[in-house]
Amino acid sequence: MARRQRTALVSSLRRRKTGNVVMLALTYIAALLATLPLVFILFHLLRQGASTLTPDFFTNMPRPVGEAGGGMSNAIVGTLILIAIACAIGLPVGVGAGLYLAEKRAGALAMTVRFLSDVLNGLPSIVLGIFAWQFLVRPFGRFSALAGGIALGAMMIPLVTRTTEEMIRLVPNSLREAALALGYPRWRTSMSVILRTALPGIVTGALVAVARIAGETAPLLFTAFGNQFWSTSLDEPIAALPLQIFAYAISPYDEWHAQAWAGALVLIVIVLIISLAARHVTRARFGSATD
Amino acid sequence: MILAGVAPGDRVYQLAITAFALVVPALLVLIAIAIGVAAWPAFATAGLSFITSSEWNVQAGKFGAAPAIYGTLVSSFIALLLATPLAVGVAIFLSEIAPKWLRQPVAFLVDLLAAIPSVVYGLWGIFFLVPMLREHVVPFLRDTLHLGSTPLFSGPAYGPSMLAAGVILAIMALPYISAVTREVLLAVPRSQRDAALALGATKWEMIWDAVIPYARSGIIGGIILGLGRALGETMAVTMVIGNRPEISASLLAPGYTMASLIANEFTEATSDLHLSALMAVGAVLFTITLIVNAIARWLVWRVASGPRS
Repeated sequence: MARRQRTALVSSLRRRKTGNVVMLALTYIAALLATLPLVFILFHLLRQGASTLTPDFFTNMPRPVGEAGGGMSNAIVGTLILIAIACAIGLPVGVGAGLYLAEKRAGALAMTVRFLSDVLNGLPSIVLGIFAWQFLVRPFGRFSALAGGIALGAMMIPLVTRTTEEMIRLVPNSLREAALALGYPRWRTSMSVILRTALPGIVTGALVAVARIAGETAPLLFTAFGNQFWSTSLDEPIAALPLQIFAYAISPYDEWHAQAWAGALVLIVIVLIISLAARHVTRARFGSATD
Repeated sequence: MILAGVAPGDRVYQLAITAFALVVPALLVLIAIAIGVAAWPAFATAGLSFITSSEWNVQAGKFGAAPAIYGTLVSSFIALLLATPLAVGVAIFLSEIAPKWLRQPVAFLVDLLAAIPSVVYGLWGIFFLVPMLREHVVPFLRDTLHLGSTPLFSGPAYGPSMLAAGVILAIMALPYISAVTREVLLAVPRSQRDAALALGATKWEMIWDAVIPYARSGIIGGIILGLGRALGETMAVTMVIGNRPEISASLLAPGYTMASLIANEFTEATSDLHLSALMAVGAVLFTITLIVNAIARWLVWRVASGPRS
């Protein structure tokens, strides 16, 4: 009797151990499968885009169908202008709102703003495009770089708000108390002690936000619209790298497909550089914590 | 009386940061107003049939968004079906199993998936994913697994399809689900694991019976967050779904999602009613994602806001 119980126990133990090994192995496979798409995408981008990516790509304007060569200089400049407008709106508002959330913590308004900012962050970008179109394009009767920049800036606000708040919360309270004890008013404490200490973290958050909006296409369809010509004017349609990639990708021409791949490679390199810079700033911050 | 010690600058500072904080709710209200105003003519014309009718005929001025709503739900459902096991698996791997040296690089690679712009996913989808599905995956599903006779995988397979949209959405939603899941798993107290191991549980039993149940509502929150992303994703889907306003049982047939319908037809929309109908689709999308996001955030917060009894 006891012996039968023991064999039953042993076999159940063996089953449990096998299940354990199988399931743990499955998580390894999950990790492998999850990283595969990235490898594929980067590989295809390099293979398809690298040959078209000559210096001309950065300095030339797009050429009509049938002519080989040409570049996306206008779209690259357009994207930089759009990012600049977005930062001019998203950064001050986001940092300001983040300061408020960090100071008020559990206040009713702070809780509401925190929640709504997370909700805003999850809204589809196309919805922000409609918003900017309704208020900034429709009344004026034309698409504009400014409307595109504002749509992207609105996307940045919730991202910058939440990272700023988190970074400010990491600043030791003793620093704040020391500044106040020295007779600093609260606003100067915030500006020259707290913000300055949290700066690397806030810069990281800003870079992550920029990386996210740099490749945004959907809101720009309704606002910046794209432009085949050179334009840096803020109240006119402006070219943007993602829009140009989209237009070329869905076209039936092989020359344009090649341009789309090259454009995508440039876009992804920009996004990766910004993402890596963001990580680097964070590391620098933690590295300097000892001095 | 002015309190001693309150500097005049403090007032300005408080006002300024409060004003910035108020921008966030104001922005949401403005978005709702913008979409409501733009969508109103279409809702007023079509009434409830805007959501229930499946006839989207621009020439005839008939706008029924049912195919787009159906396509959004189906493509997102496929995405979650594919992405959830992978994402949760990766999160478990990263928080419980992986050797230390492997954690950072794998987490970084998975996070990078979230950094790739939607339009780049779309480009890759058009030229690699769609042909790959057509030439390898569909024959495999039909010939090897004999699924061709089921309605889901019947009919001609040209390439751009609901299935392609679902797969690309799965890849895009994966990093969001896995990031939230990992965060929630890391928030599970050490004692929970120690107790399970002390009772003689194997590592997997510890994960499955002690860690996952503790983190369950947070993981569900992460999945719903991924759902929110998938529902509103525009460019990549527009480029691979085929853009046809019809409801088809087959996943290999082209379809439409709400976001891709708006993006695809916006530039061609000439009549005011057509434009308004597109904005009305945006209004439906806005409402659905707003609800989905609010639920997700609430679930994640409940777990992340510290230990409960």
